[in-house]
Amino acid sequence: MSNILKDPIQIRFSGAGGQGLITAGVILAEAAMMDGRNVVQTQTYGPEARLGSSRAEVIISKGTIAYPEVTSPDVLLCMSTEAAKKYGAKCTPETVVIFDSTNIGPEFTSPGRVFRLPITETAIKVGTKVVANTVALSVLNSLVPVVPRETLAAAIAARVPSKFRELNQRAGEAGEQLAAGLLATSA
Amino acid sequence: MSKKRLIQGNEACAHAALYAGCNFYAGYPITPSSEVMEILSYELPKLGRTFIQMEDEIASISAIIGAAWGGAKTLTATSGPGFSLMQEGLGYASITETPCVIVNCQRWGPSTGQPTKGAQGDVMQSIWGTHGDHAIIVVTASTVRDAFDMTVKSFNFAQQYRVPVVLLMDEVLAHMRENIDWPEPGDIEVIEAKRPADIKSYKPFANDEFLPFGQGARYHITGLAHGAEGFAVSDEAAARELKRMVGKVLDHTRELALHDRYLLDDAELAVISYGITSRPAQSAVDLLRARGVRAGLLSLKTLWPFPDFLIREVADHVDTIVVPELNMGQLVREIERAAGGRCRVIPVSRIDGHLLTPAQIAESASAPREPAIGTQGGKVVHA
Repeated sequence: MSNILKDPIQIRFSGAGGQGLITAGVILAEAAMMDGRNVVQTQTYGPEARLGSSRAEVIISKGTIAYPEVTSPDVLLCMSTEAAKKYGAKCTPETVVIFDSTNIGPEFTSPGRVFRLPITETAIKVGTKVVANTVALSVLNSLVPVVPRETLAAAIAARVPSKFRELNQRAGEAGEQLAAGLLATSA
Repeated sequence: MSKKRLIQGNEACAHAALYAGCNFYAGYPITPSSEVMEILSYELPKLGRTFIQMEDEIASISAIIGAAWGGAKTLTATSGPGFSLMQEGLGYASITETPCVIVNCQRWGPSTGQPTKGAQGDVMQSIWGTHGDHAIIVVTASTVRDAFDMTVKSFNFAQQYRVPVVLLMDEVLAHMRENIDWPEPGDIEVIEAKRPADIKSYKPFANDEFLPFGQGARYHITGLAHGAEGFAVSDEAAARELKRMVGKVLDHTRELALHDRYLLDDAELAVISYGITSRPAQSAVDLLRARGVRAGLLSLKTLWPFPDFLIREVADHVDTIVVPELNMGQLVREIERAAGGRCRVIPVSRIDGHLLTPAQIAESASAPREPAIGTQGGKVVHA
């Protein structure tokens, strides 16, 4: 399951504006930097503040990263049907694909190794869909250990405002449990 | 050891301005440059320095010119639509030999275009956007650390040569985050304008010495053609002054020609790029090398004065020069001219708001010539 030895590792977060995907990308990039690696984080979004499509990408390497965008994702997270439609097909069979099944129905497929998890629904259970990005990050790092889990937790805590720290911590734990349940059933 | 930080290109630019001693910012926010302004809106007052949000970009550039003559080190940041408005002020900054820095985070244009999509369409505008022959320096950056360094160097060039300096960034670099070694004071040289030894006899337009208002000298500043004291002249005197002003940049082309070389020494094929496109260009060189093509990269950081001598050097040693740009072919015309037929020059364009990929650049290098865009051979590639 682990892609941790892959270098560089290319990760794409895709969904709609307002889902916090760019923040998720920044947090993962910060965690990787704390882990002593080089990172580049880029983003693509439309002119809207909310909705519209949004994409964040993170490339992590021990070496120098010249081209800053993802050419072929090792990990793809899709949080909207539009993202699943746009990026789901642009994968190799080795790509770990995470679909938020709260938003993406079974009719969406991908040639990659697809994991369907109710990310937004889990976030709502934790307290608010605003933390869906934290749940997603945690799911991602559980399925593909990009950084040590404590490092990711520290990066999340460092980035979110202090009054939401506890909420995000619970969201992170919920994401880990979600991935663990899936790993248990698929084993 | 300096500390590592994960920061955006625009953050690097704002903090580098503080590092260089910028103590006056005037601007009008516009995507994708707004973070430069946002950061300086709270950092400058903390240091007791001045930040002003102006009513538009014409006022912004006018304010930084005035503040420079008031003795400040000044900056404004904008993007295409704002940069278009600044052209009149750029000419005024040039003829009044005012040290100031203008950051242009390029976005897809013309007009409102696509505010959140990157481009390199403002190259020729930066050089020739204001009317008349004039002195200006145009530089670029391709990494976040580069954005820091080139911002400091822009301030240095402005002070040394008493000219407006345009730092061309783009949407991707402006918003991209990378971990960088945070420069400590002293790591990058900061240069101040030369002050006159004798204030009493100071003539503001005699040479590069710079004495702002209120420091003991009396003089006149005008956008009219003027002589050493700043009073209007015409005919031969005007021609002489214009030649001196333009010459202070063109005569220092070699000192100003900042660039990076990558695997160029034995190259038979050279990619010549600038700004963000140097990133896929470097990867394209690696791809080509892996296929057995002796490829190399010349990454230009200074676009004006144009480093003809660097292009000629490369053109003398390679069969092919590939010029990738996020426009329909702008700097490639300068490169073709400088190469002077010594080798084949292939333009590669991408204009859909996305970066050229390494594969697109590598493939263009080996592709036969395609039907012309305008007067050039070359191709426009899409996703």
